Amino acid sequence: MKQEVLLGDEAVALGAIHAGLTGGYSYPGTPASEIMEYLVRASAKEKSFVASWSVNEKVAYEEALGVSYAGKRALVSMKHVGLNVAADPFMNSAITGANGGLVVIVADDPGMHSSQNEQDSRFYAEFAKIFCFEPSNHQEAYDMTRDAFDLSEHLGVPVMVRMVTRLSHSRSRVQPRSPREQNTLHFGKDTDWTLLPVHARRRFKHLVDKQKDLIMVSNRSEFNSLRINPKNTTLGIIASGIAANYVIENYIEGQEYPSFLKVTTYPIPEELVKGLVDHVDTALIVEDGYPFIEKNISGVFGIDGKNIFGKLTGHLPSTGELSPEIVRQGLGLEALPKRGIADFPLAARPPQLCQGCSHADTYRALNEALESYPESNVFSDIGCYTLGALPPYNAIQSCVCMGASVSMAKGGAEAGVYPSIAVIGDSTFAHSGLTPLLAAVAANTNMTVFILDNSTVAMTGGQPTFLSGEKLVKVIEGMGIAKEHIRSILPLPKNHDENIHIIKQELTYKGLSVVISARECVQQARKKKRSRT
Amino acid sequence: MKQDIILAGVGGQGILSIAFVIDNAALKQGFNFKQAEVHGMAQRGGAVQSHLRISDKPVFSDLIPKGVADMILSVEPMECLRYLDFLSPEGIVITSRSPFVNIPDYPDIEKVMDAIQTVANRVIVDSDKQAKEAGSPKSQNMVMLGAASPHLILEETNLTEFIRILFAPRGDKMVEMNLKAFDLGRTAAIKC
Ligand SMILES: Cc1ncc(C[n+]2csc(CCOP(=O)(O)OP(=O)(O)O)c2C)c(N)n1
Ligand code: SF4
Repeated sequence: MKQEVLLGDEAVALGAIHAGLTGGYSYPGTPASEIMEYLVRASAKEKSFVASWSVNEKVAYEEALGVSYAGKRALVSMKHVGLNVAADPFMNSAITGANGGLVVIVADDPGMHSSQNEQDSRFYAEFAKIFCFEPSNHQEAYDMTRDAFDLSEHLGVPVMVRMVTRLSHSRSRVQPRSPREQNTLHFGKDTDWTLLPVHARRRFKHLVDKQKDLIMVSNRSEFNSLRINPKNTTLGIIASGIAANYVIENYIEGQEYPSFLKVTTYPIPEELVKGLVDHVDTALIVEDGYPFIEKNISGVFGIDGKNIFGKLTGHLPSTGELSPEIVRQGLGLEALPKRGIADFPLAARPPQLCQGCSHADTYRALNEALESYPESNVFSDIGCYTLGALPPYNAIQSCVCMGASVSMAKGGAEAGVYPSIAVIGDSTFAHSGLTPLLAAVAANTNMTVFILDNSTVAMTGGQPTFLSGEKLVKVIEGMGIAKEHIRSILPLPKNHDENIHIIKQELTYKGLSVVISARECVQQARKKKRSRT
Repeated sequence: MKQDIILAGVGGQGILSIAFVIDNAALKQGFNFKQAEVHGMAQRGGAVQSHLRISDKPVFSDLIPKGVADMILSVEPMECLRYLDFLSPEGIVITSRSPFVNIPDYPDIEKVMDAIQTVANRVIVDSDKQAKEAGSPKSQNMVMLGAASPHLILEETNLTEFIRILFAPRGDKMVEMNLKAFDLGRTAAIKC
């Protein structure tokens, strides 16, 4: 087959299609979104498999689980924090096991390029006791995803592929192989999939017993490589995923290599690790993310007579993303000569709300309405509108996780905050805002919820949203909020005064109000116009 | 043979279009390459950069190590300074002199230009003027690609081929404007 130029994310998607994918599901999130975007484009062309954006990651996971139950191959992809949302089906799917191959792609974001934290999904794989791949390049992203489906069926467990931002969003050549057919329908065994305690206990023991098989597969995986340098017994290096590239990068010019183990599969390939550690006095562990391998190797007491160095020992930084030069320092190599910009006063150029963005008009009106309430608090959520935290708006005081604005505003109001305000986008509302709003309706909490309906998932590049326009209004009405306290505003500069007036009315109301501020995202509108011409 | 390039600019200036053209030209010439791009947050008027590595040997790191880049190609003058520590001592800076001011504290442009002058190897192009001359103020990215082209290990015809492919969906006029922008940039750079 012809070579292709693909993003790391796209290589994953193509690997899944060629593995005989029947259903792919996802909720948008940087840096994972491009996996589903590729699948959606491909399925529109080929019409042989389902590729579908879901309402949130938990739903996406369960949709994939249903495909697996039916004996066919399923992929679910998400950003790292998405797995927190999907953690319930994820953990339990390790107990039911996979029937058709079930592959979960999680894209971590070391360095927090566009995330609230830099949690490392390998811990989740270990927690659930499933197999995990960590590709180091595009070809591996393709090959491992393909293999992950076979392995999932062979071992009978879901398999994770851990991506990181740098690989997800880097482009390179990939050599695909000929595609495989999809599976035929064959149901899972009901006693395996019905997690009553009586079945779950048996299934969990089965999972625990299977761990030795997982370790064996990891030890023998062709994606791992151990190169012992018999002449050097001082230093050895264990590097995982893309961190392995940073190590190799620093030894390219014919230098003498220390012994080197590249790890790309979990559970940790114990035999290979032992092979390296036995050979050297000091092992440096290089991994992008948390010190997962390092912690596993050194345990609480370390290994007698050996130095295990890495993030825990301060030889590499414990936070942020690795880079070739950070790894170079960790390897103890001399820094490369580079030029500085002396003391030139560079100005930062942070991301901003676009010119004409509806969120800006909402914040201007809200800020002005709140001028007479110095004790107010605006709990925000995650989306483009989170940029309202920055000047010139300085309009929000919190952003924690999807949906938290509504629940935190309720908690805040109950603690005495007044006015207690939630600001949430339409997609985030559908993802995790509906359920906390139901709780606020039941308590008739004295708070005001702003739903910023721009009819898209703008932050992550304009994916489709589930609850917008008329439908959104109807759902809010159906939740039991007093009709006169469901207000709609059109966020435009010409409506500024009128909008302030409406907002003020709802702030003075002692009870729950919802203000729907609806205007299409300008980027999205532009894209639509362009595709029409 | 290898070339490590930092592409720099501001979100919306079309850095990724430059990358598309270079990537595909590199592929056509049989090079290995990796190109790390920025998605998400940084796109809304924020600083944007991309690491582009072309080589006849395997490319390992997706990121260019500091001190190793052969070229900084920037569509905005202050943005090229942001990445100077990536440039190797012999590296070249190819930058626009047209500032993109969307922040209140943009430094004095004269000082920015002075700082750029400290790099021995440099090509400075008035991309705003050239782009307007080409008929589209938005084609500054192709002006800068043109300015870089005499210094790339890629053939001009391969670059222009992928400019055609990139802009073809938006009509012949777009293709012609962007090819003209490329040419004007190339001529301006050769004169430099
Ligand atoms: C659990 C989780 N999933 C996904 C994301 C990524 N993400 C950030 S904001 C957002 C949605 C934004 O959409 P919306 O609320 O409609 O606001 P908009 O950006 O359109 O203004 C997503 C998907 C995340 N941070 N956490
Ligand atoms: S992408 Fe849309 S929602 Fe986001 S800042 Fe721009 S206009 Fe606003």
